Amino acid sequence: MDIKEIQEEIVDEFSMFDDWMQRYEYMIELGKSLPLIDEKYKTEDNIIKGCQSKVWVHAELEEDKLVFTADSDAIITKGIIAILIRAFSNQKPQDIIDADTEFIDEIGLKEHLSPTRANGLVSMIKQLKLYAVAYQTQLN
Amino acid sequence: MLNAQKIRKDFPILSREVNGKPLVYLDNAATSQTPQQVIEVIVDYYSSYNANIHRGVHFLSQEATDKYEQARQKIQRHFNASKAKEIIFTSGTTHGINLVANGFSSLLQKGDEILVSAMEHHSNIVPWQMLAERTGAILKVIPMNEQGELMMNEYRNLLSSNTKLVFCNHVSNALGTINPIATIIDEAHKVGAAVLIDGAQAAPHIKADVQALNVDFYTVSAHKMCGPTGVGVLYGKEEWLNKLPPYQGGGEMIAEVTFEKTTYADLPHKFEAGTPNICGGIAFGAALDYLNSIGFSEMEAYEHELLDYATNKLLEIEGLKIYGTAQEKTSVISFNIEGVHPYDIGTILDKLGIAVRTGHHCAQPIMDFYKIPGTVRASFSFYNTKEEVDILVEGVKRAKNMLL
Repeated sequence: MDIKEIQEEIVDEFSMFDDWMQRYEYMIELGKSLPLIDEKYKTEDNIIKGCQSKVWVHAELEEDKLVFTADSDAIITKGIIAILIRAFSNQKPQDIIDADTEFIDEIGLKEHLSPTRANGLVSMIKQLKLYAVAYQTQLN
Repeated sequence: MLNAQKIRKDFPILSREVNGKPLVYLDNAATSQTPQQVIEVIVDYYSSYNANIHRGVHFLSQEATDKYEQARQKIQRHFNASKAKEIIFTSGTTHGINLVANGFSSLLQKGDEILVSAMEHHSNIVPWQMLAERTGAILKVIPMNEQGELMMNEYRNLLSSNTKLVFCNHVSNALGTINPIATIIDEAHKVGAAVLIDGAQAAPHIKADVQALNVDFYTVSAHKMCGPTGVGVLYGKEEWLNKLPPYQGGGEMIAEVTFEKTTYADLPHKFEAGTPNICGGIAFGAALDYLNSIGFSEMEAYEHELLDYATNKLLEIEGLKIYGTAQEKTSVISFNIEGVHPYDIGTILDKLGIAVRTGHHCAQPIMDFYKIPGTVRASFSFYNTKEEVDILVEGVKRAKNMLL
């Protein structure tokens, strides 16, 4: 599936929930099931400093696709990371560069994407795209 | 006894909804809400007598000047300063601290020592670090214990004839600890050091008497005291304010200007360059009138009751730990639940209409001391109620169930 299709799938899943409680409970579940980043990558270098919760991201090229692993010390943040990773991981760098993130808004999590919200999520998306740019350059 | 239900009617914002739930505002240590009586003063200023002050010959300018200077006198009386000119209007506590720190640049020498408490807000750490870098002075830290109380014996050991300045907050923003500032000031004076007290967190709860305390500098923000943002005052003893050079240059702060030399205006104008927050200053005076009409001892007794009630209720939740358990504290509760990040709790509480602060509260050294990333902080005001505490406690339980 390409990024757009995965995003549509996620939007579909979230459309089943009636209220914020269910959405957040699902996100917390996703957060708990996020495959853990290898401890050796949880370094200061890999940390994306949001104001409150820490986010670590690691990227690796497998053939022509970029694979992300990540973690956070806050579970709701981790849930959002899980959603982002599902959408962006295992995709070609150029597709990641071109992808938009409006689906986050559609699943009712817009507040987490506000640049003023101190959770480092905006920086996280930026970081995923920066990795994609870096690896795309390498592929060229 | 204070009637919180009646008082709440003075605050229009308290009847709004957030995320479809009635607002439960428990972030009072960050900023307090504004009563109608103060809002009306702000509206009246811009509707009736908005003008620049201290220089106009016209009627409105004189009226605005009178009101602004009356506010200064109100603030003087509130803090029991001996003279109105010892009250400097600032943009807030941080401005007041920077004004003093900057002034001491020319008074300190290499090897002089500055003491700062371990439980300071970043705004009462960074300016002194910058001062130390500029002057070669040494910054030393008064340590605190596990309860979040300053270790006074350590403090006495740190004091010496090299100590020139001591900085400490009256109340810790992250923990709510009320520090023994009278003793801190006395001990510092014995070695000839000056003392600045950051009163930002204390001022909404405790009426400080600057003469009785014999404090050299005391600084507060209006927005924590039911006044508007962007205005505060620095109290300084006249002799100290005369010693310090001006902080910013500009209009208002001069006596005479030629290209060869400028002579500075007398106190307080020497430190009030540029057009001040005129409306803010007047509204600050109105906010003090409002708080005094309720009465500080009544507020203190009521808030203490809320604090005890909330502390007991929260501690019933398994795994909940409160940081800052000093004997003397204001109505602030900083807590965590074992295994849960404070940010997650704050996010769920927000969805329930409950406003708390999460994070390090601009006091990272305190978080490092407890080895935690941050806390959830609920801070109560005299307009909060036990019913709101119950909503908070239920919210925390719900968050815990969801997150664990």
